[in-house]
Amino acid sequence: MSMIEMPVPDAGILARRSEIVAALEVAAGAENVIWDAAETLAYECDALTAYRCPPLAVVLPRSTDAVSRVLKACSKLGVPVVPRGSGTSLAGGALPTADSVVIGVSRLNQVLEADYANRFIHVQSGMTNLSVSEAVAAEGFFYAPDPSSQLACAIAGNIAMNSGGAHCLKYGVTTNNLLGVTLVMMDGEIVQVGGPLGEQSGLDLLGVICGSEGQLGIVTEAWLKILPKPEGARPILLGFNANEVAGACVADIVKAGVLPVAMEFMDKPAIIACENFAHAGYPTDVEALLIVEVEGSPEEIEEQLGKIKEIAARHHPQVMRESNSPLQSDLIWKGRKAAFGAMGQMADYMCMDGTIPTSKLPEVLRRMDEMSKQYGLRVANVFHAGDGNLHPLILFDANKPGDQEKCEAFGSDILRLCVEAGGCLTGEHGVGIEKRDLMVEQFTPEDMEIQMRVKDVFDPQWLLNPAKVFPMQISHSRRVRNTGEAA
Amino acid sequence: MARHRPATEEKLARLVRSFAANRKPVEVLGGGTRPVGNPVKVDEVIETGALSGVTLYEPGALTLVAKAGTPLEEVNAALAAENQHLPFEPADYAGLFGTSGQSTIGGVVASGSTGPRAIQVGGARDALIGVRFVSGEGEIIKNGGRVMKNVTGYDLVKLLAGSHGTLGILTEVSFKLLPRPHTATTVKVHGIDAAGAVAAMTAALTSPYDVSGAAYDPSMEGGTALIRIEGFENSVSYRAGKLSELVADDHPSSAQIETETDATRIREIWKAIRDASFAGGVGTLLKAMLKPSDAPGLLDELRRSHAFDYLMDRGGGLVWMNADLSGEDTLSFINDAREAAAKRGGHVNIVRAPMEVYARVEAFHPQPDPIEAISAALRQQFDPAGILNPGRMAREGAVA
Repeated sequence: MSMIEMPVPDAGILARRSEIVAALEVAAGAENVIWDAAETLAYECDALTAYRCPPLAVVLPRSTDAVSRVLKACSKLGVPVVPRGSGTSLAGGALPTADSVVIGVSRLNQVLEADYANRFIHVQSGMTNLSVSEAVAAEGFFYAPDPSSQLACAIAGNIAMNSGGAHCLKYGVTTNNLLGVTLVMMDGEIVQVGGPLGEQSGLDLLGVICGSEGQLGIVTEAWLKILPKPEGARPILLGFNANEVAGACVADIVKAGVLPVAMEFMDKPAIIACENFAHAGYPTDVEALLIVEVEGSPEEIEEQLGKIKEIAARHHPQVMRESNSPLQSDLIWKGRKAAFGAMGQMADYMCMDGTIPTSKLPEVLRRMDEMSKQYGLRVANVFHAGDGNLHPLILFDANKPGDQEKCEAFGSDILRLCVEAGGCLTGEHGVGIEKRDLMVEQFTPEDMEIQMRVKDVFDPQWLLNPAKVFPMQISHSRRVRNTGEAA
Repeated sequence: MARHRPATEEKLARLVRSFAANRKPVEVLGGGTRPVGNPVKVDEVIETGALSGVTLYEPGALTLVAKAGTPLEEVNAALAAENQHLPFEPADYAGLFGTSGQSTIGGVVASGSTGPRAIQVGGARDALIGVRFVSGEGEIIKNGGRVMKNVTGYDLVKLLAGSHGTLGILTEVSFKLLPRPHTATTVKVHGIDAAGAVAAMTAALTSPYDVSGAAYDPSMEGGTALIRIEGFENSVSYRAGKLSELVADDHPSSAQIETETDATRIREIWKAIRDASFAGGVGTLLKAMLKPSDAPGLLDELRRSHAFDYLMDRGGGLVWMNADLSGEDTLSFINDAREAAAKRGGHVNIVRAPMEVYARVEAFHPQPDPIEAISAALRQQFDPAGILNPGRMAREGAVA
């Protein structure tokens, strides 16, 4: 079925299964180890569901010390480890191999300290993204990064993938909101990197740990920035008769010095799909739709929306509809947030995640349209317009032989196009297995070698999530050297 | 001493390869205006000044790419023409060090420069979205790019920011920019002590009024907390009003509250804070990072045994301390400050000190052994021959 290659499981490890399970039970307590095949099945995939493989065993430790003991045991036994937050990765970041042990942090879900005066929260990494914001909401604070999966996704996964969200134009992504971590390294050593202060005295190790896709260590605790909630927020809906015009409007808003908290772009296929699904009241006769949201007091919102309307008017929008009530605001966002659901109702789909310089938007959309015709697969685009992060949704039929392969090939072409336009393969989902083999499109062998050397420092055995991020061929000698994996 | 100013990235790479082959250590300099860190005593100097020029600027995409040796002034001027800026307010340390060179954008990044707006938008590492650099082996490497959302591969961009030329020599840097605020106002709270100032700044920073600077100058009119608000006019005056009320509630009796709206005066105030101008041209200048709520306690403790001037920034999370001392007094000031900060979970870096001091203490507050070991191992991977600014961030053998 699958086109993306995974390493051949190490027969030697599979043969030692009972010895390994016994060691895990000693390290974490038998009640925290899952090895029955019927139960490990629940961990066979993440949100990239096309790829599945149950692991050798799953451990759900209840403390940092237990994580340390488990990693130490795996390190001694030479067993690969796949860290797992909530399993919502769209890139296969938590996909196991048959010879691996999954370490899930879901039972580490406590708030350790909320310090409002110093504006941080210290949490265990299995807490969901949304539950962190909820924990500080009563005091009028929130945690800014808001990936679409925020109801389910864990802070551990957010850190591993440096997750973004719709509001990063103003608030940045995970790395800009992360102050420190407790990291357990593959040999079991526990280190604190950063802390409540957010500025380290030496090298910025936190900066490279964030976004390292679980390859440098397992994060069990995090110190996160919390921000006072704005007084209010209000979106405006702008419809244009061409993608180019919407793109020009975005650039003019930015140039005028207005900094909206979100600027979401939808192309015509996305508008129609979302409207049919969510009945958000979107105009279906426009080519491109922008949702622009601003924050502040009622007067501040008026001031900013006034400027946005003035700029938009110069681009002759077909629709300019300001929200006048929380109910209307919810409705405007409802459509956008339903994009994935809407697509899912129409067909199977694959969600891509490239970033392009915003100035290249019209050109990229035009070429994507040509490719869509060439491949005979439909594509709809939702796009964080302020920051250039593109989410093409390619529709296919999983029951039709060859359709998934075609879809993956189309997706790869789109990502190549993003790189060619001056952008990158992934803006917020991560490389995982999905974009692993495309890394050569963006990086030279030297670019990747130095990244792999960073892993050499943290995980010299290459046991942590080893078959991810770097193309298999390129990481081969390091993986084989250490695990004895079949070549 | 031989000075080299390669004109291209390729020439720089060749030069580094030859130094690496001969294990010849080099000092890496931008404009040489931020001599922070342990002194590097070597015979060869590489300057990046000949790698100069803005290579790409797209105001509509809030993106700028420049070669590392581009003068900071040139970058600032290009951005000012489009009413944009580097959000993190890179400092000008010429006053502190009496240096006359031209600060480069690469030096700004390598030293991890971070100004008062840190509390709102972070530092250089947060605005930096891409780098090109030459490693200690003379390889040309890129990481990140020119787009502001990018999680492709490991984030070496953050690692290179603030690495003081010890991991590689930057050749090109890319930034996420922000619009320059239309107006600014500063709410001043006069006649309060450090503890009162931290309380006022905390009240401001935990409010929804989007504060872009929170500092305390004990020498200004009996001790003055300064709270900056920026943005569109109506919004700024609305928030300044709200913040004045908020602070007045906290300090009903002694404090006097005033709103400064003169643009020139506001620029001067925040430039002085940004550049730690209070420290003038002499003295041992320390930068203490700690939780804002711990700042008054740290100051009280240190003042029992040392005389020094100070300034608080970032709501109290950064305390600058300057003392004009000599000999053992300097060392005990540094060591006591480090001990007082460390027991509060903070750290103290030396920004300026007499040369002889560095023979006895590290410029950067030593971190726990495992962290120093990881850092040393990373340097070894990026620069196996150990030729780039050797000892600048931590001397050999610093790991216990």
